[in-house]
Amino acid sequence: MAVAVGRPAARRIAGERRGAATGRVGFVLGRLATYAVLLFWAAVCLFPIYWTFTTSLKDQAGVLQGPTYVPFLDFEPSSLGWDSIFGDADQRAIFLRNARNSLLIGLASSAFAVALGSLAGYGLARFDYRFGPWRNRDISFWFLSQLILPPAAVVMPILILYNAASLLDTQIGLILLYTVVNLPIVIWIMRDQFASIPIDLEQAALVDGATLFGAFRRVVLPIAAPGIVAAFILALIFSWNEYFFAAVLTASRAVTLPLLIATQVSSQGIKWWSMAAFSTAAILPLTIVGILLERYIVKGLTAGAVK
Amino acid sequence: MADRLAPSSAAASTAPALGPKRGLSQAWQRRLFILPAVVVALAVVIFPTVFGIYVAFTDWQLNDPSGRTFNGLANFAAILRDGRFWNALKNNFLFVGLGVPFQYLVALGLALLLNQEIRGRRFFRVVFLLPFMMSPVAAGWMIGRSIMDAQRGPLPDLLGRLGVEDVSFFSDGTRAILSLLLIDSWYSIPFLLVMLLAGLQALPPEVFEAAHIDGAGRWQRFRDMTFPLLLPVSLTAVVLRAVFEFKVIDIILVVTGGGPGNSTETLTAYIYRRGVQNIDVGYATAMAQLFLVVVIAVIVLVLVTVGRKVREVA
Repeated sequence: MAVAVGRPAARRIAGERRGAATGRVGFVLGRLATYAVLLFWAAVCLFPIYWTFTTSLKDQAGVLQGPTYVPFLDFEPSSLGWDSIFGDADQRAIFLRNARNSLLIGLASSAFAVALGSLAGYGLARFDYRFGPWRNRDISFWFLSQLILPPAAVVMPILILYNAASLLDTQIGLILLYTVVNLPIVIWIMRDQFASIPIDLEQAALVDGATLFGAFRRVVLPIAAPGIVAAFILALIFSWNEYFFAAVLTASRAVTLPLLIATQVSSQGIKWWSMAAFSTAAILPLTIVGILLERYIVKGLTAGAVK
Repeated sequence: MADRLAPSSAAASTAPALGPKRGLSQAWQRRLFILPAVVVALAVVIFPTVFGIYVAFTDWQLNDPSGRTFNGLANFAAILRDGRFWNALKNNFLFVGLGVPFQYLVALGLALLLNQEIRGRRFFRVVFLLPFMMSPVAAGWMIGRSIMDAQRGPLPDLLGRLGVEDVSFFSDGTRAILSLLLIDSWYSIPFLLVMLLAGLQALPPEVFEAAHIDGAGRWQRFRDMTFPLLLPVSLTAVVLRAVFEFKVIDIILVVTGGGPGNSTETLTAYIYRRGVQNIDVGYATAMAQLFLVVVIAVIVLVLVTVGRKVREVA
């Protein structure tokens, strides 16, 4: 922040050196260019979302007449798209079941990942482990290296394993898998979070006779809440949006929203109103989360990267 | 067991003696923090890895009643002659080699702009992060199948009005790859932007003030100070992005299905089709093992070569 505040003043000084008049003009032009670029990029980020939402309000005529942008002015809004999700009882049942799957699998796997990852992250931040030749560094690296595994490299064995264990097309199967996929990033965030907490409080609790776990749960965990929120949201984003594993490991009962959208893409053809309604419904929850909790997402993404 | 909690704490350092009263020694209490995560990760990661290595040396077809038989290096020999494999691998490198540098440059430019005193900073930060929240599948439809649609999409319409004659985004392999890269960049740039902006904000302001007094120009300050000081963060961000870029699959399946022909098929897409749809498990798993080796080799190479440069500069 200090950098940002310092700069304009400094730039004014530099401008004055070159001559006040041209400096001020240059400054204003630079400002205008900056805002122009930022506004352009804001449009790039927002337009697909806006377009998808407005398309969900179109009917056949509204789509076929070519691109239109403003409801009521450009085209007559229609409820056709949303009717295709909620109008028909069967469609509604399918959509709600998939939305429920996404929600349940996302929340449960994120909660498990944060529970396991907090414990492990705390251990890695506070204790010196020694398992044979492996120390903390090696354990951390082993977890982090799992990020490199391409899903394609493990998906066939997992398919076979899940088939044998009757986990195919179950919510439990996806919850378990997403928990493990999220673990490295959660451990990374939580280790960083715990390492930033002064050690005195736990020591005081230990002197007072608390167990290690008691001190962790009652003293450290409440202070680590921002890290927990950050890790949970990032895990949730991944689970909610994951498509590849879900496509291989589910068929009907445990299908999630991305899979529903992907199958609709091929079956709906030009029924954009319905695709747009599906997409809007799928991205809306995380859009709201993103607007409200941007700070935590940034905290999670930058954990450990910036000292 | 040495312990960061123990040395300064009388209670903790004598804990082994107290241990039995509480049921578990402190050493085991400590291990219990990390064991659950290790056990779960071992169960779900190690088995597929080890089993996958074995399957890669078999001729397993799921519908073959005789099951799987060991066939040595036959899969790997066939893969090396498989043009579709090499094409898919080439596409993976296109995605990483073109996509990541492009995304990095855009993110760096935006981060530099955002790292100034501007109005609406918070608005821009929130809006710029939003694509990160979008599912690639949904983004694939929203942008690839709708906004880029040649007949009814707004982007071809706009380009047409600007005088571009051929406005198709997916008519040939090269265009289709570049179009997929644009979609991929849309939701990938926010990650790099967030990392680089955090890196910029962590730079020491005193250094820049000193440079101002020395009369260093804007470009000079960027080239001699900002960019080199930002290199460690840049390297972390780019390596992570490359790791994820190697996995790109959702938008390909949704937008092009690997086409036209196999021109946009990546290795993940080919493995998916071969293994899951054609249930040619042995062959697909062998490709997956090779893929893993390639990814690790590239990451290690980047970390060793670029990492050394970064340390020299920093």
